[in-house]
Amino acid sequence: MRENVVIRTVTRLAVPFILVFGLYIILHGSSRAGGGFQGGVIVASAFILIGIAFGLDETQRRIREKVRTIASILGISIFIGIGLLCILFGANFLGYAAIPLPLDTPWVRGLMMEAVEIGIGITVMAVMTSIFYDVATKEEGE
Amino acid sequence: MISEHLPILAVILPLVGALTVLLAGWAERRYCYPVAVAVLTIQFGLSLAILREVLRGGTIHYYLGDWAPPWGIELVVDHLSAYVLVILVFLSLLSCIYAKRSIGGEIDPQKTVAFYVMFLLLVVGVCGITVTGDIFNLYVFLEISSIAAYTLVASGREKKGLLAGFNYLIMGTISACFILIGIGHLYVVTGTLNMADLARLLPPLYDSTIIHVAFIFFIVGLSIKTALFPLHTWLPDAYSHAPSAISVLISTVISKMGIYATIRILFSVFTVGFIVDHLPILEFFAWVAAIAVIAGSVIAIAQTDLKRMLAYSSVSQMGYIMLGIGIANSVAMTGGVLHILNHALIKGCLFMVAGAIIYRVGLRKIDDFKGLAGRMPYTCAAFFIAAISMIGLPPTVGFMSKWYLTLGAIEAGEWFFVVVILASTLLNAIYFWRVLEYAYFRHADAETPELESRVPVSMLLPMLVLAAGCVVFFFAVSIPLGIIDAAVADLLGGA
Repeated sequence: MRENVVIRTVTRLAVPFILVFGLYIILHGSSRAGGGFQGGVIVASAFILIGIAFGLDETQRRIREKVRTIASILGISIFIGIGLLCILFGANFLGYAAIPLPLDTPWVRGLMMEAVEIGIGITVMAVMTSIFYDVATKEEGE
Repeated sequence: MISEHLPILAVILPLVGALTVLLAGWAERRYCYPVAVAVLTIQFGLSLAILREVLRGGTIHYYLGDWAPPWGIELVVDHLSAYVLVILVFLSLLSCIYAKRSIGGEIDPQKTVAFYVMFLLLVVGVCGITVTGDIFNLYVFLEISSIAAYTLVASGREKKGLLAGFNYLIMGTISACFILIGIGHLYVVTGTLNMADLARLLPPLYDSTIIHVAFIFFIVGLSIKTALFPLHTWLPDAYSHAPSAISVLISTVISKMGIYATIRILFSVFTVGFIVDHLPILEFFAWVAAIAVIAGSVIAIAQTDLKRMLAYSSVSQMGYIMLGIGIANSVAMTGGVLHILNHALIKGCLFMVAGAIIYRVGLRKIDDFKGLAGRMPYTCAAFFIAAISMIGLPPTVGFMSKWYLTLGAIEAGEWFFVVVILASTLLNAIYFWRVLEYAYFRHADAETPELESRVPVSMLLPMLVLAAGCVVFFFAVSIPLGIIDAAVADLLGGA
């Protein structure tokens, strides 16, 4: 891959901000506009940008396929886990209020919702990045 | 404690199953199959439990996150949902069992893990559609299962499968857009997405043009999904070039899912008051369905490839179900809804046979089937039973649904549709007879090499179960009819 100083420098500068913005969007899912899906896509865009600027091999070494697969499983598992936890405490699926935390109900709901959003964010991030790499890399034998 | 959470578990279980398959596939590729079969077996038990609950206590309502509708998302399982759920999960289970050997030659071994993961994700979508009581949820699940279906159709080695999958993707996405636009229109006017709430809020708005536009978008979108003639163009390629197990899966599960969604939108959202009294669309529906019945059969006669013939036959069979819905008296509806079960049993069995013939002797063309019955006796016997059920002869279940459809048409005074049903029966007989004649009565050419033609048990068992089902449900037709009567009463009562 040809060296391109401008793209690489801009990427280095931009990636931290993109990541923070992505996290911000994810964590605002419960109270304002935002959520796991939107935030996850933004975080994924940071990884895609790295892939474009530094080449796919370099990025593959940093975020390996296994990590991505684990992340996508982990994200959904957080979502399902919290949902089932609510059933365990006698509420319906995702009935956060039943989870016994030493907090007021709105806080419990908010916290659990954030946790679920984070789970969604992780999965979306991992899957979006995977889609990018799968499209960008040619399969062997083609 | 578990019993009240059954509807949500029906969605969660295959999702967890999909993740488990992914993990299992990581450890060792051949663990995927037993895990997937185990998950679907449990899922089948679960769906039976749901059916039992519904039969005992009536419609189940489940509020997600304890938010009461119309604010929260509600899962609703009534007789129709439970009935469709059991059929679809059962067919998914059988085609998963069938998949083990049949995908061996059709799919890259590397893709096995992804294959079973997508398979279970498809089941997630299908189960979600049947249990949800919210139209946006319905759309999301429709997309989950459709996207899984596109990838599965394209998953084979055949290049044509890729093209078929792509076509299917384009058509499916157009249809999804239409459905989404329809949902958007309804939401703008009513401010709700809950089906029961919509049914309550819509009547005063029946004259609104927006509602009419929404309705038309829904109908066109769903007609593409169900491959109602003349919007069926994606279907023949997708059915005939997909891997065999997937042909079975999409011809039974995905097509029934579209039908179910159509029935839900027509009868639970717009209700009989709208579609019969206000905008007499059902009459039109019945005519289109009648054309589909005849056209599908005629084109099927012209096919030389068995899978393609079955695909066109599906177009015509979808027409039967729609005809029952279009005539819309309780008898014809019973026939139509019963045909959901029949067609799943019959078409599942026939596609399994077609897949087994390709797997064992590598033949796709009907003309090459000479003397096949001698080499593959059980497979051909299964084909024979399913074929006479498709034609509608007793003692098979196909007779029952045609009987009810015909009675319904007579009761409605629609003599033309009676003629259509009888004429298509003859056409069915023509194209299935051709296959049976080649398989049973033509002698094999002398130079045909004697191939090893025993079909593996994992392929033979599902097709024999389905063939047996065709006969069993002729005698035990009162079991599904008991559920269907309640379901039809719900639908026509405007519930």
